Amino acid sequence: MTRGLSVPGGVPAREARGGLLPRVQRWVRSGGLWSLAFGAPLVLVFAYFSWGPIVRGLVLSFQKTNFLTSSWVGLHNFEYVLTDPVLPRAILNTVLFTAIGLLVGAPLPLALAVVMSELRRWKGLYSALAYLPVVIPPVVAILLWKVLYMPGPSGLLNSLLGTVGLGPLAWLDSEQLVIPSMVLAATWAGAGTSVIIYLAALGGVRPDLYEAAELDGAGVWSRVWHVTLPQIRGVILVLILLQLIGTMQVFNEPNSNYGAAAALSVMLAAVLAIVSIVFQFSTRRLNEND
Amino acid sequence: MTDTYTLTQPPAAPTARRRLRRDDDPEEVVRSVSSWGDRRRPVVRWSLRIVQAVVLVGLIVAAVLPLVWLAKASVSTTTELVTDPLTLIPSVFDWSNYAVVWNDLGIWRYLLNTLLMALGSAAVTLFVCVTGAYTLSILRPRWGDVVYWAVLATLFIPGIVSLVPLYLTVLDLPGLGISLLNTMWAVWLPAGASAFSLVLAKRFFDSIPRELIEAARIDGAGPVRVLWSLVIPLSRPILSVLALLSAVAAYKEYLWPLLVLQDPGVQPISVALPRIEPALEYSVMMAALFLSMVVPIGLFLLFQRQFLRSVGMANGIKG
Repeated sequence: MTRGLSVPGGVPAREARGGLLPRVQRWVRSGGLWSLAFGAPLVLVFAYFSWGPIVRGLVLSFQKTNFLTSSWVGLHNFEYVLTDPVLPRAILNTVLFTAIGLLVGAPLPLALAVVMSELRRWKGLYSALAYLPVVIPPVVAILLWKVLYMPGPSGLLNSLLGTVGLGPLAWLDSEQLVIPSMVLAATWAGAGTSVIIYLAALGGVRPDLYEAAELDGAGVWSRVWHVTLPQIRGVILVLILLQLIGTMQVFNEPNSNYGAAAALSVMLAAVLAIVSIVFQFSTRRLNEND
Repeated sequence: MTDTYTLTQPPAAPTARRRLRRDDDPEEVVRSVSSWGDRRRPVVRWSLRIVQAVVLVGLIVAAVLPLVWLAKASVSTTTELVTDPLTLIPSVFDWSNYAVVWNDLGIWRYLLNTLLMALGSAAVTLFVCVTGAYTLSILRPRWGDVVYWAVLATLFIPGIVSLVPLYLTVLDLPGLGISLLNTMWAVWLPAGASAFSLVLAKRFFDSIPRELIEAARIDGAGPVRVLWSLVIPLSRPILSVLALLSAVAAYKEYLWPLLVLQDPGVQPISVALPRIEPALEYSVMMAALFLSMVVPIGLFLLFQRQFLRSVGMANGIKG
């Protein structure tokens, strides 16, 4: 650590080289110990709970283990996961869930934020209402959605449908409705954050751009389309990417084989990384002016 | 948001402006997509109003209605919930649900655990981020860059990769032989390894003028003094944001506490609810759900501004 310590200007090179002891002394005098002391919590916490587990996860994916003994098995875990007969179905469901989630979950908060940024009064009320579902603990929300989606005529949604003579539907038990129902719940839980972030971004759009567009004869709609959206596209793209990564992580299979579980998560991480890189590159063109 | 006066706005005395509040009051307008000129056109004005009213109704249905219904369900009888779920006022108020939840289930203990979990996570995150960002941003040792890059790299690795090994780590801390299982530390310490919070803190510390720190050093302040009397007071806004974000993340967490807090005595509400749910009567369950969401919602309504600001601030870094 003392190797290559920079020499303050004016100190002769002879003194800078010195033996081990002077170097250590110099390092201590320049506050090296303080840096160690202040940096220790960060390094320790990350080493134990972030870097260590990530490396261990990588190692685990190439091992067969029962935690008493482990042996290297090469790519066997990956092979095991990839040849699992339920894998195609799981991938299909994840892709469907992600796609429908994006289709509903991406435009809705943006539209809400654009409308809300036009408010002259009660913006705080709208924002608070939009964000409220986000602070509800997810477990509580999930249990509440279960009540809402309860199959049979006494379920909440089914009773609502019943008043107009429809239903009852099976919701989460129905093959066609399970993914849309989950997307609805996920969008409800996540949209608030996006709305607030979009609102902040919209507030940063320079008003003179709107004025210039207006003087050029652009109507309200074309101002939204040609000024607002291009101005905040950086934020839009980042939020879409974050949503993509967030929803794709639901992909998981219960698995008692730790090596296979590790291999699966390594592959999922690789897919997420590839998706992010492809996304970044394909949208770089759009982002160049930012 | 800038208070820019636009071509289309007639000038007015600032004092008169506050009193003349109306929806389309020209003087109140901060320019956005639509201008004062637009808003005088009836078509624009009315369609805007209708859209805003629809959005308001939608938000109320999505955000308030579930709470109102849950509040009602928590004081209803199970029979009424099954036969007539849609009414908003129960025919008989059944307060015994709450007695069962509070006394027999002892839900207060889970709520207390949740509070402990959130506060501890916020404290550990703050401690790690403040000391760490101070080292990386102000003390700047030679090894700082390597550490910072290693922290940044974890931002791009989804948490799922390390879930199993993280569990193994908590089960038996390498080199120490301690198990954190069934202690709050199993949640607090991993919460402290938040790359996102560290980056947020470091960027903020980077923006503190170096001259201030140099001046304090010349005046004889040591590293501890500089941190305590200069850096921390200057960075209060970001510290409250970090505390809030990590506390919220902690109480919303489900999977991790489920894995490491198997002893009911230390479980937070998010883990305890699904565990006790199958054995509960419908209306009692609703009372339990209502109690579990009333605290976070109350805190949110109290600290609305801070919550919404922290979301906007946290976004600055993702972009």
